Amino acid sequence: MNPKLVTLSVNHRTHHVALNPNTTLLSALRDLGYTDVKSGCEKGDCGACTVLVNGIAVNACLQLAWLAEGQDILTVAGLGSSDQPHPLQTAFADFGAAQCGFCTPGMIMSAKALLDERPQPTEAEMRKALSGNLCRCTGYARIFEAIEHAAKQLNVDSRG
Amino acid sequence: MLPTNTHILYPEFDYHAPTTLYEVTELLAQYGDSARVMAGGTDLLVQMKMERRQPSQVISLMHVNALQGISQNGSLDIGATTSIQEIHRRLPQLYALAEACNGFSSIQIMYMATLGGNLCNASPASDSAPPLLTYDARVTLKSKTAERVLPLERFFLGPGKTAMQPDELLAQISIPAPLPHSGSAFIKISRVVADISQVCAAARLTREGNTIRDARIALGSVAPTPVRAAGAERDLIGETFSPALAEKIGKQAAQEISPISDVRATREYRQQVAAVIVRDALLRAWERAQ
Repeated sequence: MNPKLVTLSVNHRTHHVALNPNTTLLSALRDLGYTDVKSGCEKGDCGACTVLVNGIAVNACLQLAWLAEGQDILTVAGLGSSDQPHPLQTAFADFGAAQCGFCTPGMIMSAKALLDERPQPTEAEMRKALSGNLCRCTGYARIFEAIEHAAKQLNVDSRG
Repeated sequence: MLPTNTHILYPEFDYHAPTTLYEVTELLAQYGDSARVMAGGTDLLVQMKMERRQPSQVISLMHVNALQGISQNGSLDIGATTSIQEIHRRLPQLYALAEACNGFSSIQIMYMATLGGNLCNASPASDSAPPLLTYDARVTLKSKTAERVLPLERFFLGPGKTAMQPDELLAQISIPAPLPHSGSAFIKISRVVADISQVCAAARLTREGNTIRDARIALGSVAPTPVRAAGAERDLIGETFSPALAEKIGKQAAQEISPISDVRATREYRQQVAAVIVRDALLRAWERAQ
């Protein structure tokens, strides 16, 4: 088992890191300082580690970092800044869609993947898209309200 | 020594990323039992984190283009590393399989997990297996020197056990062209949609007017492997379809299975629910078999 120099593109930054093959994308990201990606169940059940790889929501705990080489990785911290938050981030804050906040990064990334594909999702589509993200505090009502609001906001923005 | 079940990917392994089928079979011939192929990784990595499997060689299949995609050559040929999401999107006319892929798990897992991986994991609760059994699917197993084709029914030997030899790779799943006037359906009962099934059932019916010309029923989570209810199938063929017949056959199929009680459901629950979902799957399959 020999480490390899892997190039990871995270939130439009490029990192060169020596990684063993048994490093998951999740632990590689957290070791690089992307602690906005949460480690929950480590088994693909809870969705707290959801990131976008080439626009698709994946569980970073079930992906080997070597496989992510050269792919475009987006975490919730790359979605917007404090000055210019993404409409999803604003909506989650405004609607009180976070309580302890642990599931929130994964929730927002799953919602982002959904809205990229379906700008005006139905309630059933929202529920399906977030079925792999567990929240143990708020229940899901406010989360869905926030996504619905963000979808409207994004559609207004895209119409200019 | 580290405590076990840390959920950290502790086992050390060498990682191989071949790009051709031949290279994969060469690696399997070389390493045999100490190697494990990895497709989406959604089962294997969890098993490795739980220290249930500790392969010293991991062979990724995700760079082998020949294993990906769906093609039509008389039969419908599905490459082993085609994702569950792709099958759901591309094959809506295969109702039972599409329904199984739709309720398979979360979106994340649907994009990552593959059809071949789901079959090779050989879980009795596999969602994709019962529909494929009703379509009389065959699997192509390749080694460095040989290739053989098995009916899917003979592929499963027990929980986590398949007919595959250590030097073999599941390369392709083939579904024979469907008979005209056929319809299928899949129903899964689970605590929440993304969860593993407590019981699942698939049915395929071929009709000639009001007569049942051909029938298949398969169930998951009710035996050590996904199973067909052969007696119930036989009693359907040649009969005139009616809701009462579907009801009777559902009960009969439930008598043919031998479920266990475990964390997800009791034996009695599984048996009772199996009768109902087999009935409902038959009703739906018949409606679709126009």
